[in-house]
Amino acid sequence: MSISLPTPNIAHLTEEDYEHVYEPAEDSFILLDALELDAQLIRGDKPTICVEIGSGSGIVSTFLSQLVGPSSSLVLSTDINRYACEVTLRTAKANQISLNPILCHLLDPLSSRLRNKVDILVFNPPYVPTGMTELLDTQHQKDIGGAWAGGQDGMIVTDIILDQLPDLLTPSGKMYLVTVVQNKPLEIIRKMEAKGLICKEIIKRRAGRELLSVLRISRELHQ
Amino acid sequence: MVRLITHNMLACHVKNCTKDNFPLSFSDVELVVRPAPENLEFIQRFLPKLDWSALVDTARSLGDESLPEQMPDQWTEEQLKALHHVLMELHVEEGNMTCRGCGHVYPISNGIPNMLLAEHEVGR
Ligand SMILES: C[S@@+](CC[C@H](N)C(=O)[O-])C[C@H]1O[C@@H](n2cnc3c(N)ncnc32)[C@H](O)[C@@H]1O
Ligand SMILES: [Zn+2]
Repeated sequence: MSISLPTPNIAHLTEEDYEHVYEPAEDSFILLDALELDAQLIRGDKPTICVEIGSGSGIVSTFLSQLVGPSSSLVLSTDINRYACEVTLRTAKANQISLNPILCHLLDPLSSRLRNKVDILVFNPPYVPTGMTELLDTQHQKDIGGAWAGGQDGMIVTDIILDQLPDLLTPSGKMYLVTVVQNKPLEIIRKMEAKGLICKEIIKRRAGRELLSVLRISRELHQ
Repeated sequence: MVRLITHNMLACHVKNCTKDNFPLSFSDVELVVRPAPENLEFIQRFLPKLDWSALVDTARSLGDESLPEQMPDQWTEEQLKALHHVLMELHVEEGNMTCRGCGHVYPISNGIPNMLLAEHEVGR
């Protein structure tokens, strides 16, 4: 059973914004679709703390906030790109909700306090396989290039979080992760299962050259 | 918009800084009060996620004395409303957050906390 939610308004964003901030694309939309597909499951758990890593335009954080109820949950949104944090704030305003952007690498300033406290974690990561130099350069520049460069298998940034995940989630907590086939989703599933988590591909689709999917990673078993 | 609910989740993450790295101390703040839709059921659900003494100290440092020293066992509606105000309605728009352990300063500008560190400060 899925629930239909309106797509967040991003009409306030300009070409100039998109010179520095990732413009919502098929990978953003598949993540929205995955959250919508799981809307009842997510709402049923009454999430208290939701976190998005790499919020970019803020479209996913906004959607998530609306899905869980804007005043029923704390939504924290991190990004290494300062333009993305600013735009996330504007997108929240344009949609009459409040988001809490934090300029940082992954969850660095949050992870000690968020130990076993995260109900919902979402990440549409820089997932494109690139050389190590491009990964390091873009992570250092903290601009638009950081939106896609993912290093070996496109997994260098994502792997850091996957390693921390068992320490972050509440008992009913869930992570939603966007992947492309080059990230080797089956290997991710195996790896997360080895950590005692349950990992399932809940949606998969081809968009142009990319074969996208969203993995749901949780402690508990869901359908 | 660094609200105190967010501030309560932020710690210093400089390499080897593990003592007194939380909570970060505010200084030079520009504080704005913005009414937020009240959901006391959410506030109640959030209680176990809070570090209470960090919150009380921080609220007091910003001139809000409404919270009791000890977290109440039984909450009155009035107390929950006061907590809603402190967590959700006080926004630090500009200012600094300083680590009491290592002295690192994290600036807040246009409501966004800059928690990035230089490469040599990173603990990962
Ligand atoms: C593919 S974009 C996704 C943006 C948005 N969430 C969406 O779905 O449209 C990836 C985002 O992750 C951010 N990012 C890249 N590396 C990061 C890191 N180490 N920590 C936090 N954010 C990062 C980028 O700046 C970019 O905004
Ligand atoms: Zn410190």
